[in-house]
This record gives sequence, structure tokens and C-alpha cells, in this order.
Amino acid sequence: MLGMSANSVSYNDQGSVESGVDAVQESIPTTTNLGLFSAEFKKNDDLKEMLESNKESLKLDAMRRVVELIAKGKNASHLFPAVVKNVASKNIELKKLVYVYLVRYAEEQQDLALLSISTFQRALKEPNQLIRASALRVLSSIRVPIIVPIMMLAIKEAATDLSPYVRKTAAHAIQKLYSLDPDQKELLIEVIEKLLKDKSTLVAGSVVMAFEEVCPDRIDLIHKNYRKLCNLLVDVEEWGQVVIIHMLTRYARTQFVSPWRDDAVFDENSEKAFYDSEEEKRKDQSKPYIMDPDHRLLLRNTKPLLQSRNTAVVMAVAQLYWHLAPKHEVSIVTKSLVRLLRSHREVQYIVLQNIATMSIQRKGMFEPFMKSFYVRSTDATHIKTLKLEILTNLANEANISTILREFQTYVKSQDKAFAAATIQAIGRCATNISEVTDSCLNGLVLLLSNRDETVVAESVVVIKKLLQTQPSQHSDIIKHMAKLFDNITVPMARASILWLMGEYCEHVPKIAPDVLRKMAKSFTSEEDIVKLQTVNLAAKLYLTNSKQTKLLTQYILNLGKYDQNYDIRDRTRFIRQLIVPNEKSGALSKYARRILMASKPAPVLQSAFKDRDRFQLGTLSHTLNATATGYLELSDWPAVAPDQSVRNVEVVEPVKETGAPALSKSKPGKSEKKFYSDSEQEEEQEEGSSSEDSSSSSEESGSESESEEDSEESTKSSSQSENSSSESDSDKKKKTQRNKKLQQQKSASKYRSAVKVETKSGSESGSESSLSENSSESGSGSEPESDSDSGTDQKTKAKHKPVKSKPVTKVDQKEVSLLDLDDFSPAPLTTPKRSILSPSLLSDLQGLSIATSASALQASSPVFVPETSHELLHRMTGKGLSAQYRFTRQPCIYGNNMVSLQLTLSNSGDQALENIHISERSSTGQDIHRFNTIERLEPQASVTVSMGADFNDSTQAANFQLCTKEDEFSVSIQPAVGELLLPVTMSEPDFTKEQSKLVGMNESSATISMAPDNASSQSINRKVVSVANLGVVTSDQDTIHRFAGKTVSSGSLVLVSVTLRDSDALITINTEKTVIASMLLRQLKTALMNSAT
Amino acid sequence: MIHSLFLVNASGDIFLEKHWKSVVSRSVCDYFFEALERATEPENVPPVIPTPHHYLINVLRHRIYFVAVIQSEVPPLFVIEFLHRVVDTFQDYFGVCTEAAIKDNVVVVYELLEEMLDNGFPLATESNILKELIKPPTILRTVVNTITGSTNVGEQLPTGQLSVVPWRRTGVKYTNNEAYFDVIEEIDAIIDKSGSTITAEIQGVVDACVKLTGMPDLTLSFMNPRLLDDVSFHPCVRFKRWEAERILSFIPPDGNFRLLSYHVSSQNLVAIPVYVKHNISFREGSSQGRFELTLGPKQTMGKAVESVLVSSQLPRGVLNANLNPSQGTYTFDPVTKLLSWDVGKINPQKLPSLKGSMSLQTGASKPDENPSINIQFKIQQLAISGLKVNRLDMYGEKYKPFKGIKYMTKAGKFQVRT
Repeated sequence: MLGMSANSVSYNDQGSVESGVDAVQESIPTTTNLGLFSAEFKKNDDLKEMLESNKESLKLDAMRRVVELIAKGKNASHLFPAVVKNVASKNIELKKLVYVYLVRYAEEQQDLALLSISTFQRALKEPNQLIRASALRVLSSIRVPIIVPIMMLAIKEAATDLSPYVRKTAAHAIQKLYSLDPDQKELLIEVIEKLLKDKSTLVAGSVVMAFEEVCPDRIDLIHKNYRKLCNLLVDVEEWGQVVIIHMLTRYARTQFVSPWRDDAVFDENSEKAFYDSEEEKRKDQSKPYIMDPDHRLLLRNTKPLLQSRNTAVVMAVAQLYWHLAPKHEVSIVTKSLVRLLRSHREVQYIVLQNIATMSIQRKGMFEPFMKSFYVRSTDATHIKTLKLEILTNLANEANISTILREFQTYVKSQDKAFAAATIQAIGRCATNISEVTDSCLNGLVLLLSNRDETVVAESVVVIKKLLQTQPSQHSDIIKHMAKLFDNITVPMARASILWLMGEYCEHVPKIAPDVLRKMAKSFTSEEDIVKLQTVNLAAKLYLTNSKQTKLLTQYILNLGKYDQNYDIRDRTRFIRQLIVPNEKSGALSKYARRILMASKPAPVLQSAFKDRDRFQLGTLSHTLNATATGYLELSDWPAVAPDQSVRNVEVVEPVKETGAPALSKSKPGKSEKKFYSDSEQEEEQEEGSSSEDSSSSSEESGSESESEEDSEESTKSSSQSENSSSESDSDKKKKTQRNKKLQQQKSASKYRSAVKVETKSGSESGSESSLSENSSESGSGSEPESDSDSGTDQKTKAKHKPVKSKPVTKVDQKEVSLLDLDDFSPAPLTTPKRSILSPSLLSDLQGLSIATSASALQASSPVFVPETSHELLHRMTGKGLSAQYRFTRQPCIYGNNMVSLQLTLSNSGDQALENIHISERSSTGQDIHRFNTIERLEPQASVTVSMGADFNDSTQAANFQLCTKEDEFSVSIQPAVGELLLPVTMSEPDFTKEQSKLVGMNESSATISMAPDNASSQSINRKVVSVANLGVVTSDQDTIHRFAGKTVSSGSLVLVSVTLRDSDALITINTEKTVIASMLLRQLKTALMNSAT
Repeated sequence: MIHSLFLVNASGDIFLEKHWKSVVSRSVCDYFFEALERATEPENVPPVIPTPHHYLINVLRHRIYFVAVIQSEVPPLFVIEFLHRVVDTFQDYFGVCTEAAIKDNVVVVYELLEEMLDNGFPLATESNILKELIKPPTILRTVVNTITGSTNVGEQLPTGQLSVVPWRRTGVKYTNNEAYFDVIEEIDAIIDKSGSTITAEIQGVVDACVKLTGMPDLTLSFMNPRLLDDVSFHPCVRFKRWEAERILSFIPPDGNFRLLSYHVSSQNLVAIPVYVKHNISFREGSSQGRFELTLGPKQTMGKAVESVLVSSQLPRGVLNANLNPSQGTYTFDPVTKLLSWDVGKINPQKLPSLKGSMSLQTGASKPDENPSINIQFKIQQLAISGLKVNRLDMYGEKYKPFKGIKYMTKAGKFQVRT
């Protein structure tokens, strides 16, 4: 029972640490199962004896059990005296477990903890560096204020230790001491300053961490070490890299001028500035912008880290580029970020958040990877929402149809919260891209009859917002919503509809009072929010239509007066005073109408990530969208760059330890070291940093390898000696090999830097050089290029063919089915199917939109979309760039007068093409809507863009220049006359009426003879619509086939009728555009006469 | 940086805690439990949860939440990446990372965590170094330890940590020197209703198992390195060499490690090795639904599609499914509505199919979306991107190692919308 008392005391001691769980566990056994409890208790009771026994194994067992207790969160502090005695044990595991215990409980048992200090002090003098390090580690982890001076002394000593490992531990200890006693700050900064000068990769990460924790504002300490840190970065361990990159990001923002000016002169110049002398630079001050070579150094040295396997490192580099790189260079991080999306769920979450912020400002960066953000049904909800956010951010005129089609799938998702979020996203797309507003609105209206309440509610809310931003005539939508009103039960949605009724009651003068009548009936059973809006509606109607609604309003106001909810009573009272004129009512009621019917500003539908960019990317604060404790703000770029010379390291400061290892023969160590990091420095020198710089860098590598050598030596002495002989053997070999390698690298990098100036595509040329070297070196696979192509022929077939046709879904499918014969049946090639599959916007949304009353010239969707592409630019003439165009036969979203075109650009060369665009000047004067510049097109890649051209209703070809970064190709698009039309839906009487207006000069006709098998109405229909983009006019006569269309540019009607008389057919075309009529007639004649199907 | 770590099991109990700085009360996890309750699915717990004084960053692996307590600004990915590294290490040590395994090896876990972080900053995360410090428990060693009282903790101090190749331990010796490389590619795809590909990507990894004596220096080259669009490397790979020559040159760690992961250029059209013919329909008003599924091979380059597993989350209204598989077995969980069908190997002559009916809740309206189908499969001896290893050379050591390369294609996130 002694043990029992000890235990209960200890529980009291630790009240603050214990959680409820333990308290419960504790109380249960005492009351219910005393036997078991005491047994368990006995088990722990013997621990003390075991710890005090002489047998090592018993002690070890006891310590293991103690650690288990700690791990479970149980208290074991009463064993402190027994445990602390074992601190000097010879058994390593026992010693380590004692350390674990000590660090955990020293704070609570300060006096007893002091007993162990002398052991550590002794260990600090051990010859073995690892023992010294571990002693410092534990000593500094004991959070007992009394030993602060001892710790300080130990840290100072360790900071000058010969072993970089011990110095690393010292850097860690700095933070521990600082959190224990912040008063030591000044002294600690001195140590940090010393350690920052350290040349070891081992120390760099830890000391920067200490710097960040203790004195992040002492940016001046970094100056002299900046270049060294940049150069060491690749070889620092991954966790250190993250910390250093974040610190350097902040540093760079205070030291360099912004590279983001509009008139910035790019890369080539700044690279050149590298070689220029100081005076030259002075002279160039008038020139727009030259990047500081140190700034460039940082960007260059962090770039390879994008390939790190550590997601935190990749993210850190990405944010560094985002915050520091010139705008056009940022996009190199895109691929790596997208790669991270393959990682764990949590990683995805963070990366997607950052991409969301980036994609608001820079759509172009992620647009090519849009498909990586498509949602899978297995994604977690927060991942889905983020992906949706990004897709919405990426939406633009060119891709909106694809995105909306994708959204259609999401709306049907079983995850209703996600479906609701999708609807909001559609709303945002609709406001951002005015071309699709109407289609989106129609689609949303259709969703109103969805079965799911949340979907309906969300649609109503979004429609409300959309109508508000688009105060044009949308009375039919409001009417439709009024019709649905009875079936909608979600309060928010009902309230929104009521608000809309009230707001636009003038547009629906007949319906609004009726809705109010219904509401008066059900008022008492409605939710509060609906009641409020009912009162609102009543008030507005009273003002606009008091004759019909006066009584209703009064009835509702009376109901509201006695409502249970005080908000509603309040509102009712207020409204009554405001609108019902009586003697008491003051000046306000005069303004009632202006108050209630004031035009409301439209809500802004914008991204939730809009203001996230105030936080540095990749930080905790950015994730939380709130400033986290200890968040250090990125400063704005300075207007004038601070003195650059502060970073110059003129004289290599004598490092403290140089004395000792001076006698070491540094050769083997050096080779070891260089193996990994030196190529970096090699290139450094080549890039032409100033002479003093390079000397210091070589100096650096020298002293560094010395200290490295030192560790190497002691390592060897401690490890088995049999190794060393074989190792030195291999060393020699390595050295020769290294020389060879270095030479190769040198030549490669030279080649690269030469190319860089020209093409800027470093990686591409890199692979070029590798090809040649590869073959010469290994001798195997004499032609690697052709090898890779012919290696798997089936594969290449699959790869090459569809590349061209990829975006054209229809064609794509056909290709695929050609490749594998046992593929399941491709969708039947019926005409309506085609229009569904065509990637155009209108037909996408057809499924969603409701039939609107067709006005006479309402353009309808095409009956038939030809899938033939025409060549625009052959790959031979285009130097690898090939282009094809195709008429989508859709109304162009860029302009009403334009013919919509789809352009497929493929790169069949082996160099990436950059900056593909259409040049500004058009030689023939047609108005052309250019596609957005394609920043980069990889070899074998293809991309589809849409553009529009106004042909002015003539078949004159549109000539323009298709440009890449290097070349310009003049190309021309020759439209067939049938493509200059848009189909029109018309009833038969309308058709005859219009036709009768267009007689005489406006009529042209021809008679042809037709084969009887050709004369079926189906084949005639098919032939006519394939020649010209016309709509079929439904008719009950078998012998006359009518087609209606309008010209795209001027909108004049084009009416075609084919009348069958026995074996002859009379083609009549009525239109004001006689030129078009004659050309169309000619084409129709040939098409109908040809008997080929 | 990382203050404390709590391990929480599926039922919401903390079963292990570790503090690197002063002790943080477990009650901080209450905020986490709140979030856990709010989340409908275990995966839906937000990875970062702010509390008044701390921030909780959690990862979910093997149905265990690893909850790290943070006190001040730190890149969240730093913590997340570290936590995943911890899980990987546990898996490496104990074979599985389950609550039972962790509880059985509490002491080793504690020793590991102690080595991995110092004052919350990562210290040793390389598996090679950790294994030198703390030997992984094996049955034999456990028996020996209990008899002789020897320990799991290495008597020698780690040397790798101090060298320029910190990922490799020194003094490695094998009688059989071998190096195996597995090229594993995963296809991520979304296939739409009509069978056309909405998006498809290939992600690949090269996993290595290298058991070579001494300090070998390896180079690995590919026949067609240009296929690799985006790559990430184990720290041992010399980046400059890759940049310049597209050759992987490295001193490997000892044992298993992931040498490289890559992404095949998304512009290349991805061959889809299987197709699904499906007919899932619910009729309005009826309490029955039809379910038909047929799988077939497609673009497999003549290789067999194996270990096929089809799973689908049926709509909530489905009460039960009465299906008839032509091969393999299927299960339907009426609670989670998860249908899974273990198909096995696809025989191109006799395509596997699963047909039958689903009974729906009476009165419930027809579900508006058909369930999407997730497919897993494996194809041996094929890298679907066409990537091929050209040669593997070893320098620096005299013996002749045994080399082997294996290719495999798997389904990643392979989803068919119906």
C-alpha cells in the first residue's frame, strides 16, 4: 500500500499534465476492481527495486517499462531518484532510456536533476565526437534554469569543436537555451554569428534554424554568409534546406530590387551583367532592370531542388520562385508542384491551397495542367473543394466549355456538399466570363427541378446572385422560379426567390402578387428567414402595386406583428411605419420607395483565396489564412537596392579550427567531397563571378574538406580497420574517374551556357548534349533517338496518331477503336451524337438549358459538325510546328460576327516551341480574335485553342502570321461558303413568309437530276447540312426540304429549299447575299448530284 | 518546431505520446477530436487545425492519426513530410504500422522518435543511419535479447551521419552482391461514360534493393530518358549528371530505397490497358436496379492483366445487390454500400463479367448519379510508358554484382465514370 500512496501523490503532482482519460482510468479500478488494480500496481511497484538492483538486465527491463509508462502518458516521476543513478551506466541502451526519462521529468524534479549534470560535463570532454554531441544534446534538453550558465559555457565550447557534428548539436542547443532563458539572447547571437560562418553542410541547416528562432531580424548577420549558403544549399540535408530557403527568401526581399517591372529586360542581359565590370554596371543604371548577380545565384542554386523527393523542399523552392523570380521564370515550378499532387492526402491539401492562391494571379501557369485538378469521387471533401476552386480560377474563354462539362459531372455527385460547391463555382464562372453567363444561367435554372434540396437551394442562391450582377431582362427565369416555388422547401432558397420577386417585381407584375398571396396563406408555418423576406416582398409590392396588394400586405403585417420571433416583429413594425402613411409617420415614409427599391450593388463572386497572397506561400499562416504565432512578414522590395558590397567576402576570416587540422593531408577527403558538390562550384567559377569571389570559394572548399577530413579520420579510427585498406584503394580509382567526369561536365556545362543565351531552354539542350555524349561514351545503342522511337512500335502508334486529334473527341474515339480491334463498340455515328460530342460550349449546355421561346432569327445549334480538319501549316514549313483548323459551326463566343474556329497546334519537332501566338497585324483586314499565347509547347505535344475570325460574309481567305519565339509563318484560312452560315430554327409558315420577301434578284435556283436512292429525305438532309451550316425546317411535306440559316457577319437570312419532282430536284436559294447564294448553289449541286453517300 | 506527437487510433484514443520540448497536455487533442467528430469520413479531417495556443497538424495512415503539436509558424509541409517519414520508418522497422505493432514495440518507437528529432528539428531521418543506431526487432533478436540481456541499440555509433554520403552506412558486407531495380508505373485515369479518356497520366517509380559490399558507385541509363517529363530523386543521385547526360549516377544507400520517381509527359497519349462495359440503371418507381459489368483487356502489349479488383461505391438507396460473377468473388457491404469484386486475371477469350440486380429502398427516389467504378490491376513485365533501362554499371568496387530489372504496370487512381 506504500506504493499506492506514492502513486496517488504523483497523480496530484501532475494535475495539469494529466488528461481526463487518465483520471477516469484511475478512478474506475479503485472502486470496482481492486484486485486487478493492486496487481497492476505491484507490477509497477517493483520498478524501483529493479532499477536499484545490480543486474544490468533487470535495470534495462525496468527502464523499458518506465518508458512504456511515459509513452502512455502515465506518470513515472516518483522513480526519478532511482532512475537518475543510472545516468552513468555503461550500457548504451540503458543510458539512452535514462536520457529519455531525464529530459521528460527534469523540469519537475529540478534538484534531483542536478545530480546528473556532472556526468554530462564529463562526457563533454570525451574524445569521441558522438559522445560529446549526445552529452550536449541531453544537457541542453534539461530544462532547469539553474544550469543556464553551464549550458552557455558548453554551447560556446561546442561551437568551436572540431567535429561538425558537435557544432550542429551546439546549434540545436542554442534554441533550447533561448527558450529556457531569453535573457541570454545577446550571448547566443554571438555564437550564432560564429556558427553561421561555418562551412560544413552539416551545420548550415541547424544554425539557420537557430537564427530564425533567436534573431530573425538580424539580417546583417547573413550578408557575409549569403553566397556560401547559396552554394552549400544543394548538399545540406533536406530539412535544413527548407529552413534555409525560407530564410533566404526573406533576406532577398530586403536586399534586392524587384524584378517584376514591366519594362524588365530579361535573362540574357542579366546573365551578361554577370561578366560585366562594375563600371559597366554603373553606366547601365539608366537601363530598366538588371538582376543582382547574387539574386540570380540564389535562383539558380535553388532550381535543382525542385527535383527533391522531399515535398517540403519542393514547396519551399516554389514559394521562393513565386516571391523572388521574375514573372516569366516562375512557371518552372509548375510541373514540380503538380507532381506533388500524387503524394499523400495531406500533402495534396497544402499544395492545392498554394496552387489556388497562385492560380488567381497567374492562370497561365497551371492551365496546361488543368486535367490534373479533375476531381475523383474518392478524393476527400476538402481536396475536392480545393480542386474545384482551382478549376474555377483557371477558367477562361478557351477552356470554359471543357470545365463546364466537367462541372456537370460534379453536380450529379453523391456528395451533396460538393455538388453545392460546384454550383457556386458555376456561378463564379458565369460572372467572370460574360460569354457564358446566359448558358450557365439556363443550366442553373434546369437544376431547380433537381430532386436534391441542397442542390436546388444552392442553385437558387447562385441564380439570385447572377441575376443581380446581370440586371438585364431575365423575367422568364424569375417566372420559372416562381413556378417552382411551391416545390422548394429549403428556407434559404425560398427566401432567395422571394427576395428576387420583390426586387424585380416590376418585371413580373402579375406573378409577384400571386406569390405573395400564397405566402400569406402559409406565413405562419414558414421559417423565420422566409417570413422576413415575405414581409420584404409585401412592402415592395405595396409600394409598386398597392391596388392589388394593399390588403394582402396589411394581413401579412398583422401576422408579423404577433409573431414569436422578435426580429420579425421588429421588422414588421419598421416596415409598417415606413410604408403605410399615417399622421405620425415622419419624413421617412416619403422616401420609402427610395429606401426599399434602391438599386443594390451586385455581390462580387470571388475566390476565397483572393486575399491569401498577403501571406508568404507555403507557410502555416497561408494555410490557416490567419497570422500564426511567429510569422515573419515578407517585406516589400526596397525601392533602391541596399549596398551590394556587404556580401563580398574580401578576406577569408581565419577560422578557429584551422590551426589543428592544418597538418592533415587533405587529398582523399577532398576528392570525396568534390565528388558531390564541386561541380556546383566549378560552374560557379565559370559563370564568371568576380575574381575575389572565386578565390574565396576555392578557399572555402579547401577548409571545408579539411574539417571533413578530420571527421573522416576519427570515423575510421572508430570503425573497423579492415575497411580502410580497401577504401583507400577505391579512392584512387575514384579520383581518376572523377577527373574524367569533371571534364565531361565542364564541357557539357559550357555547351549549355552557350545555348542558354540563345534559347533559354536549358533542359532541352541539356538532353541534346547527353545524346551525343551518351553514344560516344557507352557505345551501345548507336542511335538512341531512333531507338526510343522504334522500341515499341505499337506504343508509338498510339502515341503519335492521336496527338493530332486529341481534342476532337469524336476523331479520337475512332482512332482508339482502330488501334484495338476488340474494343467495345464505338458510339454509333449518328448525327445528333456528333454535336453532343463536339467540344463546343453551346451544345455542352444544351442538356442543361431550357427551351427558350425561339425568335425568328434565333441561332440554333448545328445539325451536323464536320470533323474534317484542314491544314493550316505543314510541319515541314513550320519547322516542327504544324497546325490544323476546323470549323466548329458554333456561334463564336468572341464576337457575334465571327466564325468560330478550332486550331490544333502540334509540335512534331524535337525542340520545345515557345511563345506561340498570332501576330498583331492581319494582312487582309479581317477581324481576328487571337488565341491566348501558348507559352510553351513540348515536343510531340499538341494543344487545341479556339479562335474567331470575321470573314465579312466573303470567302476571301483570312491571312495572318502564326508566330513562335523564333519564327513567323504566314498562313491563311479559306472558309467554305457553308461555314459562313449559322443555322436558324424556323417554323414552316415563317419560312414561306420570309421566302416570299426574298424573291426576284434575291432568288437563285437550279435543277438537277438525282438518283432515286439519293432522294430520300434523310440523305438530302445529310448532304445539305454537311455542305452548309444550316438548320432543318421541319415540314410535313415529303417533297420539299427546307433549310434555314443566316450569315455569320451580317446576319442576313439564307433560305434553301430542295423540291423533288420525279427524278429531278429544284434547288432554290433565297438570300440578299447573291454572291453567297451562287456559290452555295454550286456546292449544293455537286453535293446532291454525287451519288456517293 | 515540432513540440509533441500524439498517436490516435481509429476509435479516438491516444495510445502514445512523445514530447520533445516541455510537456503539452493531452487535452490539446480535444480540438482534434472535435474536428474528427465533425468529419463525415476519417479522410475528411482537415490536416491543419488551429487551437488557441497551438496548431495541430495531423496525417492519417493505416487508420492511425499522427497528430503533431506546433507552437509557432512552420511550413506545414515540413511537418507533414516528417510525419510521413516517421510512418515509413515504423513500417520499415515493424513490417506493418498498426496500433498493435507500435504498442508491442513502444521502446523501439520511443528510441526512434528520440533520434529522429532534436528539440523538434529533424536530426536523423535516413533509414540507413537509424538502423545503425537502433536495430530493427526480429523474433530471433528478441529471443536472444531476453536471454542474454543484450540490446537493440547499436553498440557502434553511427558513422554515416558524419560522412559525405550520409544515406549509406559504412562497412557494408555481403557474400552475394546483388542489385535489383523495379520499374513500377501507375496509370491514373478518369474514363467517361462512353469509354473515352478524360484524363490519363503515368507516374512511375524506380525502387531499388541494393545489397552491395563497400562503396559502390552505380550508373543507370535509360534507352529513352526523354520520356521522363518530371523527376524527383533520392538525395544520392547526382543532379548535375542527370541534367547534362540523362544518366542516373549515385552511391546507393544500403537496402531498399526509392531511387527515382517520375512523371511521363502528359502530352503523350496514355495506353489504357483495360476497358469496362457497364450498364447500371435504376428505374423510376421500381425497387430494382440492373447492374452489368464486363471487363476486357485493351492495349496491353500482349501481357496478361492480373490481380484485377473492381470496387464501386453504390448509391445510398441500394439495400442489397444480388449479382453473379462469371469469375472471382464479389462482396457487398450493405452498411458502407461498397461493392468490391475480386476478379483475378482477365482471360481475353472469356471476359469476366458481373451481372445481376440491386434491390433499392422502396419509396426512395432514383439516385441521380450512377456510381463510379474504381479499378485496380497489375501487369507484369511491362512498363506501359515504354521506358526501358539501358544498362547498369558499377564502379568503385572490384567484384561483379548480380543485376536484375523488373517492370510492372499498376493502376493508380483509375476511375470509370458511369
